[in-house]
Amino acid sequence: MQLKKLTVAAMLIAGAAAANEIAPADVVFTEDGAIEASLSGSPGVAENAPEIMNKGAGNCIACHQVTALSDIPFHGEVGPSLDGAGSRWTEAELRGLVANAKMTFEGSMMPSFYKIDGFTRPGDAYTGKAAKLPLDPLLTAQQVEDVVAFLMTLKDQ
Amino acid sequence: MTKRSGSKALTWMALSSVVFAAPALADESAKLVVNDEIEMITETDAPAHLDGALGTIRSGWTFRTSETQVLQMDDFDNPGMIFVDQALDQWNTVEGSAGKSCASCHDDVESSMAGVRAVYPKWNEEAEEVRTLVMQINDCRENQMGAEPLKYTSGKMTAMEALISVQSRGMPVDVAIDGPAQSTWERGKDIYYTRFGQLDLSCANCHEDNYDNMIRADHLSQGQINGFPVYRLKNTKLNNAHARFKGCIRDTRAETFKPGSDEFVALELYVASRGNGLSVEAPSVRN
Repeated sequence: MQLKKLTVAAMLIAGAAAANEIAPADVVFTEDGAIEASLSGSPGVAENAPEIMNKGAGNCIACHQVTALSDIPFHGEVGPSLDGAGSRWTEAELRGLVANAKMTFEGSMMPSFYKIDGFTRPGDAYTGKAAKLPLDPLLTAQQVEDVVAFLMTLKDQ
Repeated sequence: MTKRSGSKALTWMALSSVVFAAPALADESAKLVVNDEIEMITETDAPAHLDGALGTIRSGWTFRTSETQVLQMDDFDNPGMIFVDQALDQWNTVEGSAGKSCASCHDDVESSMAGVRAVYPKWNEEAEEVRTLVMQINDCRENQMGAEPLKYTSGKMTAMEALISVQSRGMPVDVAIDGPAQSTWERGKDIYYTRFGQLDLSCANCHEDNYDNMIRADHLSQGQINGFPVYRLKNTKLNNAHARFKGCIRDTRAETFKPGSDEFVALELYVASRGNGLSVEAPSVRN
């Protein structure tokens, strides 16, 4: 009985956390492609971002150079440098760019990190096989918030 | 971008580690001459059908490091030639119910296959379809030799493709895109510009819009296939174009097409046509 009560309590807590999270399909973008509200309902943790921005998660530096992450090797040249991003953009704009850059820049090559539909032949990660639907977004709501929090620290010198 | 040049006097072992560890940029002014004899066109004006999408077309060789480039300049250094030698034995081996080898009908591969690679994929009038070299090899095996078809991306097939291709080395790629091949070519073009997978990337995103840029440790090329089959240092074997297409589409987090599928045949014709004017280089060496 005691155990059952604990389980129920844990489920309620988990449910409360999920209730504050905005699902990919429910994200509201402004006309310019920004997202005002935190996707996870919690503040981002900038210290978690370097790992997310490396290979295996977001792999942001595959395409973007970031001086603050220069201890991670091989930064790409496909997208613009992220140095000073926190001075060029607001938090809401950065959140929109990470979640779905195409809402800001139509036709952008940048993958959408918080989007789960509208793809052509989506695959099961990097197996080459068909995806098991529904897809998970490339980053979780909290990972997006962590990256946004980190980008906000990248101010012009 | 800065240019780096490395010592050419490295041993094979050291060379491999350098290739994987350092994304040194290519010597773009280098000239590719194989065996001091075959002069390759590695950069030329884009064909008219590209409508200005590219100004000049460049072989993937021009994007590689000088250490990788040099491996293709002498057949004794080119690991892909080992597989060509194996395929030459295969060429003369009788297989199947008809008791024939390739040589039974085609005699000497050097003379009979000269120029073939340069015009493939090609419309086949009797079959009324665009055929890749692989499809043609398997048609011969099944209908002339009475032998089992080879798997599309198998080592034996890719080696045979390389043996036939090497007879056209130095000749300009010249695939036909008009007439009966046109609808296949247009389908291939459509696929080239379609953004696939959860990363939502087309061939063009990387190989038309971003060639010459670094994506992580990779120096993006134009994705030309004039050098296929290609010996890759990454997997130490020959790779044909469909195997590479599959890998690229997989890496967009997409459900790939199958090697030999109508989609990849169309894509091969289209991508080959983007390299019309570059030399046939097979077997090329890339990372």
